[in-house]
Amino acid sequence: MKTIDANKLYYKILNDQIHDAVDSGYRNIAINNVYGQYYIGDGLMQPVKIDINGIPGNDLGIFMDGPSIYVHGDAQDGIGNTMSGGKIVIDGNAGDVLGYSMRGGRIYVRGNVGYRTCIHMKSYKDDFPIVIIGGRTGEFAGEYMAGGVLVILDLFSEINTYDCNFIGAGMHGGIIIVRGKVNSDSLGREVKVTSLLQEDLLQIKEYLFEYCQELNINYNNVMKSRFTKIISATNRPYKNLYIDGFLH
Amino acid sequence: MFINVSNNLPRDISGCGISGFINTNGRRSSGRACVDSICMMRDRGNGLGAGFAVYGAYPEFRNYYAIHIIYQDNKAREETEEYLSTKLSIVQRGGIPTKKTKNIQSRPLFFVYFGKPRAQSDVAEIDEFREDQEDEFIVRLAMKINENIKGAYVISSGKNLGVFKGIGFPEDIAEMFMIDDYKGYCWIAHNRYPTNTPGWWGGAHPFSVLDWSVVHNGEISSYGINKRYLEMFKYNLNLKTDTEVISYLLDLLVRRHGLSLKEAALAFAPPFWTQIEKMNTDQKNKIEKIRRIYGSAMLNGPFAILVGFKGGLMGLSDRIKLRPLVVGQKGDTTYMASEESAIVGVVKELDRIWSPNAGEPVIAKLKPAVSARLFGKSNKTVRV
Repeated sequence: MKTIDANKLYYKILNDQIHDAVDSGYRNIAINNVYGQYYIGDGLMQPVKIDINGIPGNDLGIFMDGPSIYVHGDAQDGIGNTMSGGKIVIDGNAGDVLGYSMRGGRIYVRGNVGYRTCIHMKSYKDDFPIVIIGGRTGEFAGEYMAGGVLVILDLFSEINTYDCNFIGAGMHGGIIIVRGKVNSDSLGREVKVTSLLQEDLLQIKEYLFEYCQELNINYNNVMKSRFTKIISATNRPYKNLYIDGFLH
Repeated sequence: MFINVSNNLPRDISGCGISGFINTNGRRSSGRACVDSICMMRDRGNGLGAGFAVYGAYPEFRNYYAIHIIYQDNKAREETEEYLSTKLSIVQRGGIPTKKTKNIQSRPLFFVYFGKPRAQSDVAEIDEFREDQEDEFIVRLAMKINENIKGAYVISSGKNLGVFKGIGFPEDIAEMFMIDDYKGYCWIAHNRYPTNTPGWWGGAHPFSVLDWSVVHNGEISSYGINKRYLEMFKYNLNLKTDTEVISYLLDLLVRRHGLSLKEAALAFAPPFWTQIEKMNTDQKNKIEKIRRIYGSAMLNGPFAILVGFKGGLMGLSDRIKLRPLVVGQKGDTTYMASEESAIVGVVKELDRIWSPNAGEPVIAKLKPAVSARLFGKSNKTVRV
């Protein structure tokens, strides 16, 4: 177990120390007094566990492929930017563009997140990103999304109809699953609501279970509700912007 | 706040950083918290601009306009002072205190003048500078200096307000102006990463006119439209940076046209027509009116701004939240910044911390009794 005090440590030095600790064989790292240092966990490929006490800066877990990062509090913008694998668990709220261009792994958030969650998220072969949000998202959730699953549980609101503008704007792949109903005015132009199939549920059940375990949430209560599934209405929403027959 | 920082960054993080706070009971505190907060986001800037605005900086001269001017040389100073002496009754003047700072090699001259408009001597002048319209007088005066005197720029012109800014990282600018020695009930700060306008002393933020001061993260794509619109109302834009339009638009919409601050925010970041369609008739009429009349005051492009005004502090982001803004509350103090870490890094155990929605103004106002004490009962503050 390696403990790093990040108080007043420049982000580059902090990240060098984390990489050094991983390279010298540590598999459990705790970082205390984190105040906004960028890129924590950047590009790490090993299955290490990193505990963060304080508030990690933007682009937490950028490019990483393997570690499990636990944030004991809030986090900022750009979490899991272009991340390929591993897990980020946030026991608080998070900022804008969470899961930006994410291509694999899981991000679990207890509270609310900001705008453009999972923008440009994509999947390919075995790489399949999963993002589960306990609270609500800001507008443009799943914008330009191309693959993977975004689950919005909205656990803390009294209203059963999810209302948040521009859900799935420009989306052309992947699925968004919302607990409860979704106000149809909230949808972006490129998506539609369909019924949730048994196989969809099977696909995400193990992750929901893991989410509930990680964040100490009652799984059965979560599963009692009905879910709404949102997918793209067409797989080429911007077809009309291109001239047919041309290579792009 | 971070130490041992190398300037040899492997990656420019950029983005501009903004931070500010207000104590709604008017309790003044040193600039330390504000400096620490903006320095926690040091990498959001690149050393080409930083600055601070302090409300409550000059209590002993609170009934006089505090005109902060930067001069390129003594010739500009002499010319400006000669002009000022015909326009203002100056009760106190002097160089703004600075100290030698290792990282700041060259700098202009900084002066402050405390004064009030003085009676004009001939009819033509009276026509232009009406002594009884004090605020308007001061705005025109600032415009005239910025436009006509080479190498002289009015940096701030409010009462009990001082703006200190220049080229450097925030800690350098804070050290040079000895920001720790000032006390204010409201502070705003900026760390600049200029993208499409030059990094120069007058182009650093905050931008200020009268009691307005603005720090901005983002870029105003509508600058050309906003500029031409402002020019119709005799604002001259000479500071070579998009943010300048925001301070003048606030002055025009709120002080001159009597809009409330929230209405001005609606003009800056109006809802989409599709959203307006869904509103009730009253709301719809109001917003349609604002969109029609103030279409040229709309700020297009990404922005998060903090606005210091007479009696308060406002935070606002663009209508699709292309720039970050976080608000924290502890007791009678409200904090606003680009990053949550810049708030929790300087104040422990906040009562509440959240990110406001896109285009939703967050306004913290001095309590009425405090306002009355600071500005006098007859002196009206901004309608929110």
